[in-house]
Amino acid sequence: MSTSDAAQDLPQASVRSSTSAPATTARNPRHSPGVRISHWIITLCFFALLLTGIEILISHPRFYWGETGNDLTTPLFRIPIPSSRNLVPTGYGYVLPDQNGWSRALHFQAAWVTVLTLGLYLIAGFFTGHFRRDLAPGKVDFSWQAFSAAIVSHLRFKRPSETEAWSYNLLQRLAYLVVIFVLFPLVIWTGLAMSPTFTAAFPSTVTLLGGRQTARTIHFFVSIALVLFLLVHIVMICLAGFWNRTRAMITGRAATRMERT
Amino acid sequence: MTDISRRKIILSGLAATAGVAGLGMAARIAKKYGLIPPDHGGIYGPGETLNYAFQRLVAQHSLAREFPRNQISKRPFPNEIAPPSGAFKRLQAGGFIDWRLLVDGMVERLGSFSLDQLRSYPRQSQITEVACEEGWSYIAEWTGVRLSHVLNIVGVRPQARYVVYFSIEPDWWDSLDIDEAMHPQTFLTYGMNGDDLPVAHGGPLRMRVPRQLGYKSVKFITRLTLTNDLKKFGKGLGSAAPEAGYAWYAGV
Repeated sequence: MSTSDAAQDLPQASVRSSTSAPATTARNPRHSPGVRISHWIITLCFFALLLTGIEILISHPRFYWGETGNDLTTPLFRIPIPSSRNLVPTGYGYVLPDQNGWSRALHFQAAWVTVLTLGLYLIAGFFTGHFRRDLAPGKVDFSWQAFSAAIVSHLRFKRPSETEAWSYNLLQRLAYLVVIFVLFPLVIWTGLAMSPTFTAAFPSTVTLLGGRQTARTIHFFVSIALVLFLLVHIVMICLAGFWNRTRAMITGRAATRMERT
Repeated sequence: MTDISRRKIILSGLAATAGVAGLGMAARIAKKYGLIPPDHGGIYGPGETLNYAFQRLVAQHSLAREFPRNQISKRPFPNEIAPPSGAFKRLQAGGFIDWRLLVDGMVERLGSFSLDQLRSYPRQSQITEVACEEGWSYIAEWTGVRLSHVLNIVGVRPQARYVVYFSIEPDWWDSLDIDEAMHPQTFLTYGMNGDDLPVAHGGPLRMRVPRQLGYKSVKFITRLTLTNDLKKFGKGLGSAAPEAGYAWYAGV
């Protein structure tokens, strides 16, 4: 770290004790370094997983329920796209380029990085109080009034207030909690439930889901849910001020009224 | 301020040294316990190595899931095979009487087995799922002889670390580490769902590796070679799969 960083760090303690909340935090990082680093690593991995996931899907764009399913059985549904394999009955008279080999390799490599990063993030999040402080909804948030007010202000596309820029509102907290504690664990679980070796060691991981093909289908839908989250996430960032929010996630600093005046 | 930055520099230096030393140590341990796959090079090498090492550490002795008879797929999908070569057609015309499985390499005795000989060995069955890396799957009952039984007949030399297996079809070969080869569910199969193994499913003789994806279960097996060095085969990546961009270890 350079000395200029250290110089900026020093006056913080005195400022923190003497002024009101939004002003003091102006010099505190909006997001801790751990949150920033894991955010961007997982962002990168997510795009790799999404792209390669689509490539893998193209080799067999049919989905089934239960343990087994193949070209000779009736699918639960199929994606109306051509396939990269000529035996799949897609209704198209041609096949797409086959990218399954490297896609699988990159999919698993990105999955490893995601799982390891997410693991560190979860451990750190519990120990530093990140989840309790930043993500767990407060008691008032659970009132019906607070909940409906948050939904109404979202539906009106109201820009967040300055103080809100320094913490998460109720809907954000719930969305992040669902992504971190429901969707990511579920997508990892259903991914592992498709591995013949992993299910040999831990058979209940697939039998609990109801079979290998069910795991694959759930994996697909959870991925769709994560993509929807990503789209909403990006829209909300644009509404709240794209560069300011993005800078806050890169450098940790966010512009506030105090800095602007 | 300078104290802080100096401390930071020293600490990050120490952390970097510890990191490099840790990686070096991890690499040595991984090599000693056979945790590194033959296709560990290249940009996807770290992922392939983690997949394989995880399996070696967590699932080495676990058994692939077996299913009740009523879950056997009514319509198993045979997947595509290239038009059979002349050599295959000649053997097929003779009812596979002259089909031979040759076993060579690091063995005590060279082996040559006819299908009748293989059928005379203890007959094993498993009802397991074939899962293709594309995503589809089916369940069938596979009948054959344990690969370990054949390997014990020829006697594996202690230095041997891999079994390389070849199809009669050109450029179709793969390999297993010795633990996977000796695994009780790794079969040389000659029967499927109570009948002879159909040609579409790899008959008369197919390797069956139920803890890995379908492409590891190579069809039309005619030769096994025991070796301690996969670099001598093909491009040195352990099988034809990595040469086509697929992982040598196919447990995921």
